[in-house]
Amino acid sequence: MLNFLARRILQLIPTLFFVSVLIFSLQHLLPGDPALVMAGEERDPNVIAHIRAQYRLDQPIPVQYVYWLKGVLSGDFGESLRIKVPVLELIRQKLPVTMQLASMAIVIALLIGIPAGIVSAVKRGSAWDYGANLFALWGISTPNFWLGIMLIFLFSIELGWLPASGYVPLSENWRASLASTIMPAFVLGNAIAAILMRHTRSAMLQVLESDYVRTARAKGLSERVVILKHAMRNALTPVITLGALELGTLLSGAVLTEQIFSIPGFGKLIVDAVFNRDYAVVQGVVLVTATIYITLNLIADVAYILVNPRLRA
Amino acid sequence: MSDAALSLPLVASEQLESPARRALRRLFRRKGALVGLIVIAAFIVLAAFAPLLSPYDPVATSWTLVRKPPSALHWFGTDDLGRDILVRVIYGARASLSAGAIAVGIALLIGVPLGLVSGYRGGFIDGLISRITDAMLACPFLILAIALAAFLGPSLGNAMIAIGISTTPIFVRLTRGQVMSVKVEDYVEAARAMGNPRWRIALFHILPNIMPALLVQATLSIAAAIIAEAALSFLGLGQQPPAPSWGSMLNSAQRFLTNAPWMALWPGLAIFLVVLSFNLVGDGLRDALDPRER
Repeated sequence: MLNFLARRILQLIPTLFFVSVLIFSLQHLLPGDPALVMAGEERDPNVIAHIRAQYRLDQPIPVQYVYWLKGVLSGDFGESLRIKVPVLELIRQKLPVTMQLASMAIVIALLIGIPAGIVSAVKRGSAWDYGANLFALWGISTPNFWLGIMLIFLFSIELGWLPASGYVPLSENWRASLASTIMPAFVLGNAIAAILMRHTRSAMLQVLESDYVRTARAKGLSERVVILKHAMRNALTPVITLGALELGTLLSGAVLTEQIFSIPGFGKLIVDAVFNRDYAVVQGVVLVTATIYITLNLIADVAYILVNPRLRA
Repeated sequence: MSDAALSLPLVASEQLESPARRALRRLFRRKGALVGLIVIAAFIVLAAFAPLLSPYDPVATSWTLVRKPPSALHWFGTDDLGRDILVRVIYGARASLSAGAIAVGIALLIGVPLGLVSGYRGGFIDGLISRITDAMLACPFLILAIALAAFLGPSLGNAMIAIGISTTPIFVRLTRGQVMSVKVEDYVEAARAMGNPRWRIALFHILPNIMPALLVQATLSIAAAIIAEAALSFLGLGQQPPAPSWGSMLNSAQRFLTNAPWMALWPGLAIFLVVLSFNLVGDGLRDALDPRER
């Protein structure tokens, strides 16, 4: 196990290196000169030259990369060109907002996806199964920004139950906070619920055909005990780890969902940064996102082995 | 014993059918996939004959027709600039379908050769390609596409390229995995023993055998690419106004949700229908091409 963990962590280093190169080179694909953007209205050549020197834009690209990487490794992601705030500070402010949204989305996805998957596997071929599969197709095929707009129309404009946009922090007023995040969380959770339902269904179908389930039934255990205690435990193990991998979907989804509901989170930060040509913010956000994603992948891998004794050898 | 005797004639008749024909027959037997194919065909016809089918100009504005609800003259209503929404949805199909096809085409053209080389050659090249693939897969798909589209500049063509590049690592990884499992098969061994050069084995012996998996993934990826194009156009990074696209129509609809909710309904419904259809066909293809299913 320790060997596996060490090997897996060692593998991360080249991946993270390539991620950093990829992210850094994005800046140099960008049309326009960052020094000109920073200089703003002032086109004084002296100012521009000063900015170039200050941000080392006059150095060769590999040298710039090394300086950038050195900064990143010591926790310095640079500063937003627009609002002159350290990128790390921006990330620290916005990440909790998206985390709240993401956690709520996962809870919603688990609450819908897993029961739907179990029911559709147990009642295979029934109207329930049919309905659950339709739900999964709906979840996978609905663009989340459209769903968001339609929910705003129904619950904010027509019924007036929920605020159409804005965000209230959890620490300020938990009721208002939940009201401001429930719609976007549902939009995000909907797609993941569909994927979880499909995973759960196929895992349950496989387990229900296995010998030990047949033995449990032959022992005379009630169907309820067989399904809830024997089958579900084994079926859900791969589902949970597969679910962890859907976090990338969640982060992608947050970009548009936060845009529609005007929620000042991670997704909105990156869109605004892209439009403002705020290079340092784009780089920092993508790097942090990729690192979170890679780490979650690692945790999922390790968790899978930990809960599956057959793989532990 | 009697089982074997009974199944003999069946096996003989199935062998007469080519694998492609059998897959097609199985695909058509699935109602969902069939419905999906019909809807996709309908949208392709709409997109191809848009000028013939549309009674109105998709970009000409009219101040007397601003935000009219659906009526006999304008079935889907009109938008904030007095343009017919049905006509714009029909023209929007061009942007969405071509974005889906071209983006996935780009991903296949780059991803499959890289995956073939990576899986078949192994060694240093495999390590390098795999790590770059890992790095790209570590960035969430849409975030990568947005960053690339922004860097390339906002236009439909650039959005297609950005989505295509973001989709590429999926095909590199899939091709590589498939090649690894196929290259140890006897027929590849036999082709090698006959002295075929590597490129010939990769192109004529391995590639045809991994086609089914690529086809399924390509169909599902078109669905994802269509959503991504709509997302980029929604953010203003794809199709530029006044040219119609479902994503940008939704963007302007959001501002008039209180007065003209129909503006948001139709383009979203169109995206949903097309994406659903590609997902249905993809799922159907997966089942139809699965050799374990009969």
